Amino acid sequence: MRRRALRAGLLLTALTTLAGCNNSQSVLSPRSEPARDISTLWWWMLLAATIVFVGSLSFIVLAFVLRRRRGAPVIGEREGTLNLVVILFGIAIPLVAVIAVFAVANFVVVASTDARPDRPRDVTVKVVGRQWWWEIDYPGTSAVTANEMHIPVRTHVDVQVRSADVIHSFWVPRLNRKIDLIPGEHNHVGIYADRPGRYEGQCAEYCGLQHANMRLYVIAEPMSRYRAWLRREAAPAAAPTGATAQRGERLFLRNACASCHQIRGTSADGRVGPDLTHLAERSSLAALTISNTPSNLARWVRNPQHIKPGNRMPGLHLGDRDFTDIVTYLRGLR
Amino acid sequence: MAVEAGPNPVQPRSELLERVWTERRGVFGWLTTTDHKRIGILYFVTTILFFAAGGVEAVLMRTQLAKPEGTVLSPEAYDQVFTMHGITMIFFFVIPMTTGAFGNYLLPLMIGARDMAFPRMNALSYWIFLGSGLFVYTSLVIGKAPNAGWFDYVPLGNKTYSPGPNIDFYALGLLFNGISTLLAVINFIVTMFKLRAPGMSLNRMPLFCYAFLAVSFALVFALPPLNTALVFLELDRRIGTHFYDAAQGGDPVLWQHLFWLFGHPEVYIIVLPAFGIATAIIPTFAKRHMVAFPLVALSEVLVAFLGFGVWVHHMFAVGLPTVTTIYFAAASLIIVIPSAVQIFAWITTLVMGRPEFKTPLLFIIGFILWFILGGLSGIMFAAIPFDQQTTDTYFVVAHFHFIIFGAAVFPILGGIYFWFPKLTGRMYHERWGQVSFWVTLVGTGLTFFPMHIVGLLGMPRRQYTYAPDRGWTGLNLLETVGSYILTAGLLIMAANLIWSRFRGPASGPDPFRGDTLEWSIPSPPPAYNFVVIPTVSSAYANWDTEDRAQDVRRAQRGEGLLAAGHETPASTPMDGRFDELLQMPSNSPWPPLLALTLLLVFVFLLTGHVATAIVCGGAAAAVLGAWHWREPEGAA
Repeated sequence: MRRRALRAGLLLTALTTLAGCNNSQSVLSPRSEPARDISTLWWWMLLAATIVFVGSLSFIVLAFVLRRRRGAPVIGEREGTLNLVVILFGIAIPLVAVIAVFAVANFVVVASTDARPDRPRDVTVKVVGRQWWWEIDYPGTSAVTANEMHIPVRTHVDVQVRSADVIHSFWVPRLNRKIDLIPGEHNHVGIYADRPGRYEGQCAEYCGLQHANMRLYVIAEPMSRYRAWLRREAAPAAAPTGATAQRGERLFLRNACASCHQIRGTSADGRVGPDLTHLAERSSLAALTISNTPSNLARWVRNPQHIKPGNRMPGLHLGDRDFTDIVTYLRGLR
Repeated sequence: MAVEAGPNPVQPRSELLERVWTERRGVFGWLTTTDHKRIGILYFVTTILFFAAGGVEAVLMRTQLAKPEGTVLSPEAYDQVFTMHGITMIFFFVIPMTTGAFGNYLLPLMIGARDMAFPRMNALSYWIFLGSGLFVYTSLVIGKAPNAGWFDYVPLGNKTYSPGPNIDFYALGLLFNGISTLLAVINFIVTMFKLRAPGMSLNRMPLFCYAFLAVSFALVFALPPLNTALVFLELDRRIGTHFYDAAQGGDPVLWQHLFWLFGHPEVYIIVLPAFGIATAIIPTFAKRHMVAFPLVALSEVLVAFLGFGVWVHHMFAVGLPTVTTIYFAAASLIIVIPSAVQIFAWITTLVMGRPEFKTPLLFIIGFILWFILGGLSGIMFAAIPFDQQTTDTYFVVAHFHFIIFGAAVFPILGGIYFWFPKLTGRMYHERWGQVSFWVTLVGTGLTFFPMHIVGLLGMPRRQYTYAPDRGWTGLNLLETVGSYILTAGLLIMAANLIWSRFRGPASGPDPFRGDTLEWSIPSPPPAYNFVVIPTVSSAYANWDTEDRAQDVRRAQRGEGLLAAGHETPASTPMDGRFDELLQMPSNSPWPPLLALTLLLVFVFLLTGHVATAIVCGGAAAAVLGAWHWREPEGAA
C-alpha cells in the first residue's frame, strides 16, 4: 500500500516538476504522519474512483456498440427483470465501497489528523488570524512574530488558533489538515514536521479583499536552533546604532507607525499590525506578499496600498529622507 | 407512435377553444399573460440572459487567473464578480431555468392539463423573479455588488467588515427572489397532485414530473432556513441585533448552519430537475421503457429527502466535535445509493435499448459522465480528513462544477435541444448540434478537470491572484483556455438555435417519437394545449397508440371538449380519477402590478426609507385586494 502510494506520488512529483511546479504547499508531498495518511487515502480513493469511472464508461461504450444490433426496435419495450442489474450496480457495489471509505477515513485516518486533547504536545504555538496576516505567539515566552512560524522538527506542536476579526482558516497542507479560525471559538490543530524545511501555508477561508495574500511559512528546524531562535525572538529590540537609524526610530515612534505596531523595548506598543521587534529576521513582508529585501521594504513603507490594495496600513506623508531613515531603522531590527 | 391530431376533422372544435383560450398579442398580452407556456418562454429568455451574465463573469475570472498577478480585475472587482457568478448561476439561472422555464412549459403538457393550478400566481412568480434579478443586478451596475461570496459568511458580511450596501443587495435580493420560487413550487405541487389527466394515477406520472415534485417539496422546506438566516443578517446590519456577533453572545456558526441547511438541499434542487430531463430524454432515444422505473422514482424522492441531513459536510473544518462530523459523513455517503441507482438505471436502459445518439442524448451521455466524475469526487469529501485537507481549495471548485455545470447544465442544454422543436415547431441543425456538444464537452473537461490538480497542489479558492513561483501557472492557463473553448461551444449552440428558429425545417408534432403527452399535440402547442383532455393508462402515454387514437375520435365527436370557458378537469391526488371541473382564471394585469409594488418595497428597504417601504407595502396589499375583488372572469 505504501509502495504504490509512493510510486504514484513519485509519478506526480515528476509530472509536476516537468510542468514547472513547486510542491511547497502541496497536499501530495506530505511531511508528517497525518498529512501522509491523508495523501495515502487520496491515492486509494483515486484508484477506486478510476475503476468505477472506467467501468461506467465501458457500459456506455457497450450501449454505443450495441446500438444497431439485429432486430427492429420495439418502441415501448418492457424492462423484464433488469431491476436486479440496477440493484447490483446501484446499491450492492456502491454500499460496499462506501462503507470501506467510511471506515478507513473516519475511524483510522481521522485518529491521526484530529488534534485530540489526550495526545501530549511538546510545544504550543498561538496563532491569531487578522485581515490579512497571522500573529504568532509563543505562550510562556514574550516572543511574538508574524507570518513566519518556527517549530522544532520531529516534535508534536499544538497550534491554538483564534480570530481577531472575520473567519480565517489555518492550513499548512504538508503538515496536516486545515482548521478554521472562528470569532468566539478556540480551535486547535496538531502539526508535525518529519524533517527540517520551510513549509508554505495559506488562509483557506475567504476573508475579504486580500484573502489571496494571507500566507505564512512554517519553518521547522532542529530543537537547538529552534530554542536559540525563540530566545532571540523573545528578547527586546536592540537599540539602533548610527545616526540614521536613531533618527528613523524617533520618526517611527513619533508618527502613526507606533500606534499600530509593537517594537518591544520601545514605546511602540500598537497591536493592530504585526510585531516588528525582529522584523529584519523575517524573510518576507505583508504575509508573504513580497520578500523582505531593502528595496521591497522601502517600497512597502512608502506605498503599502500599491502592493497590497485594501490592507489596513495607510501610506504616510513623509519626506524622502524620513522614509529612508525609517527603513534603515527597520532593517536593523534583528 | 403518436397519432397526429389531423387539423381537418377537429377544426371547428378547436376554433371554439381557440377563441376561449387565445390571449392578446403584443407587449400588453405578454405583460398580462397567464398561459403557462408564455410564462415558461418569459422565464426561458430571462434566465438565458442571466446565464450570459454569469458566463461573462466566469470568463472574466478565468482571464484574470490565466497568468499570475493578473490585472484584468482589481481585488474588489474580482470579489464582486465571483460572488455575482455564484448568485447568478444558482438563483437566477439554474433554478428558474429548470423550475421556471422547463417546469412551467412542460409539466402541464406532460400531465395533460390546460394550465397550471394557479395561473395568475404563476405569472406573479415570474414578475417577482424578474424584479429580484433586476434588483440584484443594479448593484453590479453601480459597482456595489455583493462581495462576500454567495455563501456570505459572517462576520465578513456584517456591517463592521462590509459597511456598504453590497450585502444588503444580497440579503434583500435573495429574500425577494425566494418569494418567487416559493410561489412557483407550491403551484407545481398542487398542479401535479390535482391536474393530472384522468387515468394518470401517481404511478403513471412521468419520471420527469417526479423529479419536479421532489424538487418542489425540497424547496418548500429549504427556503425557510435561508430566509431566517437572511432576516437575522439584515437585523444585525440594520438595527444592531447580535444574532451572529460572538462578542455579544451571538454565533457566526449559526449562519453557517442555517445557510447550509438551505444550501445543501439546494445542490439536489439544482441537479434533480436535470435527472428529470435525463429520464425524459433517455427512454425516447433508447426507444424503450426506463429500467427500474419505481426504483428511479423512489430514488428521486429519496435524494431530495436525504439532502436535508448532510449540510454539516460543508463545515468539517469548523472545529465541530468528531462525533458530529462522523454522523454527517455517514448521511452524505447514504445519498450515494439513490444517485447510483439512477445512474445505473439510465445506463442499463441505454444498453438494453437501441439508442440513437442524437444531440439531446449526447448531452445526456455527457451529463452521466460528468455526474459520475463529480459524484466520485463528492464521495471523497465524506472522508472527513480528506475533506478537511481539500475543502476551500480548487479541488472543491472542480467537484461542484462537474456537478453544477456537468450534471445540471448539460441536461439543461440537452433539454433545450430536445424540446426546441416542441417550442418552435422547427428542427435544430443536427450536425451543428453535435459539433456544439463536442466543443462544450472538451471545454468543460479542460476548464474544470485541472482544478482538481491545482487544488491538490494547494491553491485555495476565491483568490484574485497568485504568485508566479507557486507552481499553479500552467494549469491555470489550461483552465482559462478551456473556458474559452466552453464559451465557443455554447455560442455555436446559440447560433444553431437562433438560425433554426427562423430557417429550420418544420418538425411536426413528434420528431423524436417521444413517450410523454407533450408529443401528442402540435408544435408549437395551441393555447389550450389539448383539444380533449387525454385519458392515460401508462407512464408512457404517447406510446399508447390506441389511447391517442381514442382522443382523436373523441375530439371528432366533440366529446369532453370543455369549451364553456377556461375549463380543465381536476382529478384525485393519488388515483388520478376525474374529480371536478375547474374554471381557470384568464389573463390579468394584477400580477405584474403586485410584483412592481413589492419591488418598490425592497428598493426602499435597501435605501433605508422604511416609512416609504411601508407605504409601498400598503400599496401591494391594495393591489392584492383588487386582484381578488372579483372572481376570475369566466367563472361559473
